[in-house]
Amino acid sequence: MHLFLRDLFQHDFLQYALLTGILASVSCGVIGSFVVVRRITYLAGGIAHSVLGGLGAALYVQKSYDWPAFDPLYGAIAAALIAALIIGMVSMRAREREDTVIGALWAVGMAMGVLFISQTPGYSTDLMSYLFGSILMVSPQELWLLVALDVLVLVTAIVFYNQFVAVSFDDEFALLRGLRVEVYYLLLLCLTALTVVVLVTVVGIIMVIALLTLPAAIAGFFSRSLHHMMALAAILCVLFTTSGLVLSYGPNYPAGATTIVVAGAVYLAVLIGKRVLNPGH
Amino acid sequence: MQLNPAILCEDLSFSYNRYPVVEKVNVTVNERDFVSVVGPNGGGKTTLLKLMLGLLHPSSGRVRIFGKQPEEARPRIGYMPQHAHLDPQFPVSVMDVVLMGRIGHTRRFGPYTRADRECAEEALTELHMWEYRGTHFSALSGGQRQRVLIARALASQPDLLLLDEPTASLDLAVETELYELLRSFAERLTVVVVSHDIGFVSHYVTKVICVKRNVVVHPTSEITGEIINELYGSPMRMVRHNHSQ
Repeated sequence: MHLFLRDLFQHDFLQYALLTGILASVSCGVIGSFVVVRRITYLAGGIAHSVLGGLGAALYVQKSYDWPAFDPLYGAIAAALIAALIIGMVSMRAREREDTVIGALWAVGMAMGVLFISQTPGYSTDLMSYLFGSILMVSPQELWLLVALDVLVLVTAIVFYNQFVAVSFDDEFALLRGLRVEVYYLLLLCLTALTVVVLVTVVGIIMVIALLTLPAAIAGFFSRSLHHMMALAAILCVLFTTSGLVLSYGPNYPAGATTIVVAGAVYLAVLIGKRVLNPGH
Repeated sequence: MQLNPAILCEDLSFSYNRYPVVEKVNVTVNERDFVSVVGPNGGGKTTLLKLMLGLLHPSSGRVRIFGKQPEEARPRIGYMPQHAHLDPQFPVSVMDVVLMGRIGHTRRFGPYTRADRECAEEALTELHMWEYRGTHFSALSGGQRQRVLIARALASQPDLLLLDEPTASLDLAVETELYELLRSFAERLTVVVVSHDIGFVSHYVTKVICVKRNVVVHPTSEITGEIINELYGSPMRMVRHNHSQ
């Protein structure tokens, strides 16, 4: 902790890391709450893993054609949005085979990413940082991109908040009130996709789902309305990413994994605490 | 325009996987009627309601609501579904739920307006649920949830109210109170209530639609033990009916 604070003022990369965690937490709290109450964790998992395909393809183009401005994050955004639209269409139209299709997209997305990265010239350390997060390697350019994504997600979620709540709570009733339920569902999945891209930087593809759902799930225990849940989830997410960063810095642990362990531990503690205090429920 | 009845079903049939659920239904419901749809479970009551809402499409025949296709008439319909399909853990307060009834009338995006809140307050007050406005929806009893969902339907200021089993899981005293309330609604709008309790509702409604694949419409005065027997295949409900007198 002491070491972290001392170095924080000396090293830009630590400040960027801290900022990235805080920025990611805002959209994580808002969209994570929708994912939890709408019970689409598995869909979000599929989107997260297919992101590797886009990251790999963009990295391959960037390195092979020596085009440094083409940040792999753009590939991640494209892959996440395409995956969200495919998964959304499938879950609306072909209900009985939904999980199979998501599972296939999940694995094929990852496989394509691995193939692209294997063919990319240079070192292939990138694969590990995509899978497990690279919060300490965020560049100022990436930080600005994350800010832009954050603002986009937040503004959309606030503007269409009532519509998203209505569609998530009772889509049949929302449809009867004249809402274009399918459009809002796809829009929500696209926002989930963008949030996933933001979080991939923080904790990596494999652990995104935990950071997206654990703060929201904990917040859900203490919230009477969705916007309370979102605010609380965002605060918890800031606490988790920051403490993950601080705790991992001294002993040189991977920051993403530390963040997830902290989040998981708090979730477990809250579950047990509720059981002990409230045995009837 | 006044010639158009609130609900018109002509030779309406619906099959699910080639199994006929409702067949050759002819029903006319006039404005300000208070109508009950009764019949055994699985007899097609909810199906008939969903055809009226345009959630299902007829295999043959047609439905008109105020002279229009159901989809076009939806802004004028208030609907209360059975609450079993809702996620009880969803973090919404009673007020949040009722405000959802304003969608379609309120702005296309952004927060609800003051007028929306007033409308929701009016609906909650009418159902004696205003004091619960801040309560978590999941903390309510089954009967209270049904009242909130009726308030949500009312908040959309409908001309036609379709209620799917609003009295399921209610005890008789509460059920009586609810039917008194629905009868008062019928003074200003058309009310259609799905119920499996024919004997009880016949005290209140002006018309009973009996659904068991085919449909027979009875003015309330004609409801006899014989019709009930025919519908349910046993005099079970008659016994309950007599007790409730």
